[in-house]
Amino acid sequence: MSAVAAHSPAGSRWFKDRHATGAVALAFALALPAVVPLLVIAGSLFQLDTEVWAHLSRYVLPEVALNTVKLLAGVAVLTGIIGTALAWLTAVCNFPGRRFFDWALLLPLSIPGYVLAFVAVGFLDYSGPLQSAMRAAGLATKWLPAIRSSNGWGVIVVLSLALYPYVYLLARSAFMSQGRRVLEAAQTLGLTARAAAWRVALPMARPWIAAGISLVAMETLADFGTVSVFNYNTFTKAIYSAWFGMFSVSAALELAAFLMLFVLAALWLERRSRSRVRYGGGRSGAYAERRIELQGKARWLAFAAASLVFLLAFLLPFLQLLIWAIKHAASDLDVRYFGFAVRSLLLAGSAAAVILAASVVLAYVTRVQSGPWTNLFARLGTLGYAVPGTVLAVGIFVPMAWFNNELQGWLIAAFGDGAPRVYLQGSLVTVLVAYMARFLAVGFGPVDSSLQRITRNIDEAAISLGVTGVAMLKRVHLPLLRTGIATGAVLVFVDVMKEMPITLITRPFGWDTLAVRVFEMTTEGEWERAALPAVVIVLAGLVPIALLTRRGTHVA
Amino acid sequence: MPLKRNNILASVRAAVCASALVVLAGCAPSSGELVVYSARVEALIKPILDRYTAETGTKVSFVTDDAGPLIERLNAEGANTPADILLTVDAGELWFAAERGLLQPVESPVLSANIPQNLRDPGNRWFGFSLRARTIAYSTARVDPAALGTYADLADPKWRGKLCLRTSKQIYNQSLVAMLIAEFGETRTEEIVRGWVANLATDVFSSDVKLLEAIAAGQCDVGLVNTYYYGRIVRDQPDFPVKLFWADQSGSGVHVNVSGAGVTTHARHSAEARKFLEWLSGPEAQGMFAKSNLEFPVSPAVAADPIVASWGPFKQNPINIAKAGELQADAVRLMDRAGYR
Repeated sequence: MSAVAAHSPAGSRWFKDRHATGAVALAFALALPAVVPLLVIAGSLFQLDTEVWAHLSRYVLPEVALNTVKLLAGVAVLTGIIGTALAWLTAVCNFPGRRFFDWALLLPLSIPGYVLAFVAVGFLDYSGPLQSAMRAAGLATKWLPAIRSSNGWGVIVVLSLALYPYVYLLARSAFMSQGRRVLEAAQTLGLTARAAAWRVALPMARPWIAAGISLVAMETLADFGTVSVFNYNTFTKAIYSAWFGMFSVSAALELAAFLMLFVLAALWLERRSRSRVRYGGGRSGAYAERRIELQGKARWLAFAAASLVFLLAFLLPFLQLLIWAIKHAASDLDVRYFGFAVRSLLLAGSAAAVILAASVVLAYVTRVQSGPWTNLFARLGTLGYAVPGTVLAVGIFVPMAWFNNELQGWLIAAFGDGAPRVYLQGSLVTVLVAYMARFLAVGFGPVDSSLQRITRNIDEAAISLGVTGVAMLKRVHLPLLRTGIATGAVLVFVDVMKEMPITLITRPFGWDTLAVRVFEMTTEGEWERAALPAVVIVLAGLVPIALLTRRGTHVA
Repeated sequence: MPLKRNNILASVRAAVCASALVVLAGCAPSSGELVVYSARVEALIKPILDRYTAETGTKVSFVTDDAGPLIERLNAEGANTPADILLTVDAGELWFAAERGLLQPVESPVLSANIPQNLRDPGNRWFGFSLRARTIAYSTARVDPAALGTYADLADPKWRGKLCLRTSKQIYNQSLVAMLIAEFGETRTEEIVRGWVANLATDVFSSDVKLLEAIAAGQCDVGLVNTYYYGRIVRDQPDFPVKLFWADQSGSGVHVNVSGAGVTTHARHSAEARKFLEWLSGPEAQGMFAKSNLEFPVSPAVAADPIVASWGPFKQNPINIAKAGELQADAVRLMDRAGYR
């Protein structure tokens, strides 16, 4: 991004100076919901709970640090490979079933990681149906790798299957928009088809793939539900243990602060490796021209790979959920589910709208006014995605309640004892602000990646035609950003549908959602009964995903 | 004059709430309602709250979450909290809320009479309303119950490779180990926990239900569970090949915990809240509250569900359960040291 800004045309200089302060203020305002809890977390470093800390560093940190790194690396590599390879196959090549897999491979997005985890453990564990059937048939099961094994392979695979769609979706957009033409150009310059893919298409898709893997990495670091099912101790688990087990809020926040350092270091590395690359624009709309027709064995290998991922990440778990859901539907399914679903959809829809609007503004501000401050706020504003849910939820709730109490004090001073009572922290505005703190990264990533590929030539052309500022955003950039915006909106929508801790603490009275239902069931260990709300979450998530993929075939 | 002023204020209030409802949907429940923050899930409290409303006309609204966030929420809301009652599923959590000054003492002869002394706060800031027993479950196919005895015995090498445990991150195990510390001291308790870890048949489980299924499937022979999880399974599968054994009957008794509640320090309806708690300790509510989840009533006068009663009477550990909260942090650290994951 800075590369683009450095070459900003002189024509926008006036615009820059005039609006520099405004831009910084705007970026700050958008980042504020995430910055406040981050400040609370950072502040904890100045008042170490030394007693708890001594215990943690001796008995807890060595294990959780190693586990966290293993999980992060494993999931990043696996999702990177699965997501990019499948995106390449469906966006550029042709093989049997491609049209189906193109959208079907996005479906796992709607299955929450913790749900996939309890299905996988339920099915594959010693007492699960698979091993029970094998033992009943007289087969040995000892040689089977234990799904809950403390070496973490199970949780890495499950989390990768749940999260690869982030990479798939973004890489797919990249491959679609850069077009076959680029590959043809590379081949006329003497590269083989394979070399053209490796040396041209893949590097050009890098901002997207990197953005996808960053999202996956942040979600992995913040994950509590999935690792809990596997009892895999990561930083998040240590935070919860310090907080709820040892009753030390400060030790929990300190651990969160270290987790944030982790994230910052990773983001900085990723950013640095990318800042040397500048991206030109591909001709969009060119992808559909001619696909690479896979031949012979390759056709069926592609089919097998896509089928395997679809089967493991979606079809089998979904069928299992369906079986459980039907089993309990008679006793659990009632008219209230309509309300749960409507509230989930309302929250997810309004969050997607608010967050995408904020993402476009933020991405645009950092483009026009690229500077240390705007970039810092964009970075901080998107960090909320890596903060464990409950920590962020409480980190937002506490300042909101404080503000509410100040306001209440003021009202009582003005009106006396009969003053109206306000309850901001239990309002929908708080829910949306909290979602923004958490999911800004999810909207910002795709939008920012698309924006990076709109070259300065396009800007210059627009400026020379007298189109600047907001008009340029509206008339030139927004149409080119449509894919990025749609992608971000779907990701936010589906993420909010699955979100638990923020929804739990900030929801107004009576605003129970599908995710809250899942919480109610799993917290009592009734996993099978959680299948019903989980299935409804999956079904509700299908709608925007279908819309997105339909859109993807018409617009690029 | 004052009447007029009140009218104006009332209409201002109504207007603010109405507009806020549209924009913010965030007005706290109106006065005259009782508000409960509950870590006990909806399915296990709503029928009881509905019954209370039907009998008394008092409306009750509630919101559910984990106890940790609920306690932080109470603390952050301070004097403006809409909550009158905090309800949890573990005594340690109530102890923590009371420690932070979030619960107020309730002096009630009814509560004192209905709830045994060891199942309520010595300072009367919280009270247990249903009893949860954590005891030994064993395979009927592979274990002779005569070989079973105390929690400490499960550390004996004769159980090597035969024990299943749920994760130490779970509060029920933290409470259990805290109570062992109260009884035996840290050194002896750490020996016991190390013994358990050495005897594990497989990595720890994330739920009691999975643990019971593992015993039934033959992955291990014995384990520690809360009885109502077992109750739920045998309600559906009467021939489930696992049975409960009352631990420590010749010693200090079965480890018990409570699902309980207290009145918040800044409750706006503390008199109503107290009435509600007294009603909860009465015979009708006790029956419903415990039966809804196959737990034991705290009130000795009330009979348990037939499934629960079929497990027979048992001696419970008489130490006050407030100890579970006091020693919980020590228990967590001890389990970390002992390598109990």
